[in-house]
Amino acid sequence: MNATDKVEAAVAAAFREEWGQVVATLIRVTGDWDLAEECAQDAFAQALDRWRRDGVPRRPGAWLTTTARNRALDVLRRQAVGAAKLREAAVLARDEGPYDPEYDGDDSGVQDDRLRLIFTCCHPALPIEARVALTLRTLAGLTTPEIARAFLVPEATMAQRLVRAKRKIRNAGIPYRVPPAHLLPERTTGVLGVLYLLFNEGYAASSGADLVRTDLCAEAIRLARLLARLMPDEPEALGLLALLLLHDARRHTRVDDAGDLVTLEDQDRAAWDRAEIDEGAALLETTLRRGRPGPYQIQAAIAACHTTAATADDTDWADIAALYGELTRFVPSAVVRLNRAVAVGMSEGPDAGLALVGELEQEGDLADYHLLPATRADLLRRSGRTSEAAAAYERALELVENDAERRFLEKRLAECRSA
Amino acid sequence: MKYALLFCSPVGDEEQSPAEHAADPRFAAYFEEVRAGRVTGGARLRPAADATTVRVRGDEVLLSDGPFAETKEYIAGLAFIDVADLDEAIAVAARHPCAFDGGSVEVRPVWE
Repeated sequence: MNATDKVEAAVAAAFREEWGQVVATLIRVTGDWDLAEECAQDAFAQALDRWRRDGVPRRPGAWLTTTARNRALDVLRRQAVGAAKLREAAVLARDEGPYDPEYDGDDSGVQDDRLRLIFTCCHPALPIEARVALTLRTLAGLTTPEIARAFLVPEATMAQRLVRAKRKIRNAGIPYRVPPAHLLPERTTGVLGVLYLLFNEGYAASSGADLVRTDLCAEAIRLARLLARLMPDEPEALGLLALLLLHDARRHTRVDDAGDLVTLEDQDRAAWDRAEIDEGAALLETTLRRGRPGPYQIQAAIAACHTTAATADDTDWADIAALYGELTRFVPSAVVRLNRAVAVGMSEGPDAGLALVGELEQEGDLADYHLLPATRADLLRRSGRTSEAAAAYERALELVENDAERRFLEKRLAECRSA
Repeated sequence: MKYALLFCSPVGDEEQSPAEHAADPRFAAYFEEVRAGRVTGGARLRPAADATTVRVRGDEVLLSDGPFAETKEYIAGLAFIDVADLDEAIAVAARHPCAFDGGSVEVRPVWE
């Protein structure tokens, strides 16, 4: 690698490592999200020239932050005289650390700028699509066109979404801070939810053709890793990271070359990403040891049951059924209970599962959900009642919307009819 | 920051008298624990049925009976608050009895 390449590689690495930190600090210092992004970009551009001339600094992040901050101060100084004076005073005052009227001496709010940034990006007063987009732009450093492509919307739409979100943060007075202790649990749940949604966007894209979308999985993992590091006392942050790694390990085996769904049972376990499974399982163990379970830790534990089973037949379905039971304590949703019905059907026999499916059918919450009849169909198929199963598959096919799932259900229906 | 809180009630709910409000422990808690130092002004409004809507079209002043739009909720009152940020405004709104039982509170930053 020649010297030029080395500098370019160093800047690229610094971009991945430090972009979020530089932007986050600049937002705190200037209070201006657009200025923060501009100055961060400017600092990375300068780094290419300066590092070539002077060498890569010992602490690239500190160099970039200082350069961006100096640039921001220059810009602010050059702005209209009277206003600039006030602004500058505000800048210097704010740089001493933000005034937090609710700070009560409780240090549950770790004062890392990136943590402030992520809590602000994921503020529940912003629309959910804006939370996701803003997190990717400001914290992960994706460009607006990249985010637009990943979410299959026109670039102008995405640009508008980001502009509106930043405007609302400013005009509505969304605070730039880690929430105080009394708000922290619910806001943390919100942040974890945004990262999980981000991952699922990429996960659902699944087909190899759309790499930008599947890159969202990698970004979500990177952000979850960051969050887990910034919130070491939050077991659910680690739980989410474990969950994402364990899902991601199986991602490319979920569809075959024709784009058809491959069930967990039929996936090529040898092709699962062993390193991700090992890391996810180890993180899960660490976090479970703290004895403060939560929905992400439990879902990760379920994922670990699947990914650590040597063959599909080795899957410990009784364990999984118990974990789903535990999960309903945190997430009392009909979908979770449907998953539990599957696990019970696998561990205690189809009839036990069908009894639980029957309860859900009675309640009617999932009346339009294709996986309810699809689950009934699968349990009937497993107990050899193929004609009843076929009827349930037909019902599921009336409700299904996704093409890959439709093809899967049609295949099963054909098998039942010819049995 | 200054915000207006718009208290929205479902249309058709029975109007409580000021005396009934005063007897409601949730209002008492809101008045005692939440308002002090934050609320700078506001009013409770008479029901939407007592509203008159004014429009000027050309030279003509047009009046219509009732609120300006048919809605499921109407604005039953409003308050101005001066607080640190949106989180504090949300906390105030979430303590107002209007936020419970089918009503809602809209938090709108004041254009300053």
